[in-house]
Amino acid sequence: MNQFPGVIGRKLGMTQVFLGDGTVVPCTVVESKAMVVGKRTQAKDGYDALILGLGERKEKHTSRPLAGQFAKAGVAPRRVLRELRCSPEWAAGFEVGQAITLDRLFDVGQLVDVRGVSRGRGFSGVMTRHHFKGGRMTHGNHEYRRHGGSIGTRMTPGRVKLGMKMPGQHGNATVSVLSQEVVRVLPEEGLLLIRGGVPGPASGLVEVRGAVKRRGGKRA
Amino acid sequence: MAFKSSTIAALESASLRKEVPGFRVGDTLAVHYKIVEGDKERIQVFKGTLIKRHRAGARSTVTLRKVSFNVGVERIFPLHSPRVERIEVVSRGVVRRGRLFYLRGLSGKAARIQDVKDR
Repeated sequence: MNQFPGVIGRKLGMTQVFLGDGTVVPCTVVESKAMVVGKRTQAKDGYDALILGLGERKEKHTSRPLAGQFAKAGVAPRRVLRELRCSPEWAAGFEVGQAITLDRLFDVGQLVDVRGVSRGRGFSGVMTRHHFKGGRMTHGNHEYRRHGGSIGTRMTPGRVKLGMKMPGQHGNATVSVLSQEVVRVLPEEGLLLIRGGVPGPASGLVEVRGAVKRRGGKRA
Repeated sequence: MAFKSSTIAALESASLRKEVPGFRVGDTLAVHYKIVEGDKERIQVFKGTLIKRHRAGARSTVTLRKVSFNVGVERIFPLHSPRVERIEVVSRGVVRRGRLFYLRGLSGKAARIQDVKDR
């Protein structure tokens, strides 16, 4: 499991950035003004994690049990709550109610994983969902233009193989993009520029943390 | 045009070119562009007709077309790139379209654009 320090934020959209030599870098802008709302500890909960809150939630939209939790932590109700597993040492560095500044987490050039919920496309056919070629548009093709074709053989094996690509729900799934480069960190504005795209629409919730596969942690 | 958040617009405004001369499609521009030759940097001038102006904040580009040794050459310059040293308006043209892609199909005298001065 990814134990690198992370943060939650909202995707604002994409832009591009010019480097000093004129190289254009396509970037996704993520806004993150998260704060620590609570902690999970090994002793009490069996694992270590920070509970992060994002955005504002109106009093009247907060259920009593949740309001009690916020009151106990001494913070205003937050719209979004997420737990991010981390090392106990990292969790010890934060206090409940403290805002998370991005420069504590990320360096320019560091690689991060970004997790979000991809745009939902509903029940989609195989051409949209799996990029099948479909059938011919002409030459007398009758009602077989966007079909996938055969899905198997006959008596042997007499069934459709598991995992056959077929129509179905496309998108609206949790997706991670791995090892994206951090292009810019603007702690005052709470903005993070990440090279390339991240899952989901603008204003979608994303989770950014050090890359699991390659030099993920903030370099000293 | 796609919606762009004001935060991104503010972020982009920092990298925008300060002085963009007023020009429009049909004008002839000279773009002074820094190129790296070996280990030296020098400025190359590309002079051509502006056939497309892509307006998109920091991602704005200009497309110039010229005919060089009987070969049509088109180049797209990022308007706000630090490599673009300077943009000079050579002459102003009179056109009735926002995109002059029809010039690609024309050659010689037919591919001329009327100058503002000759109107």
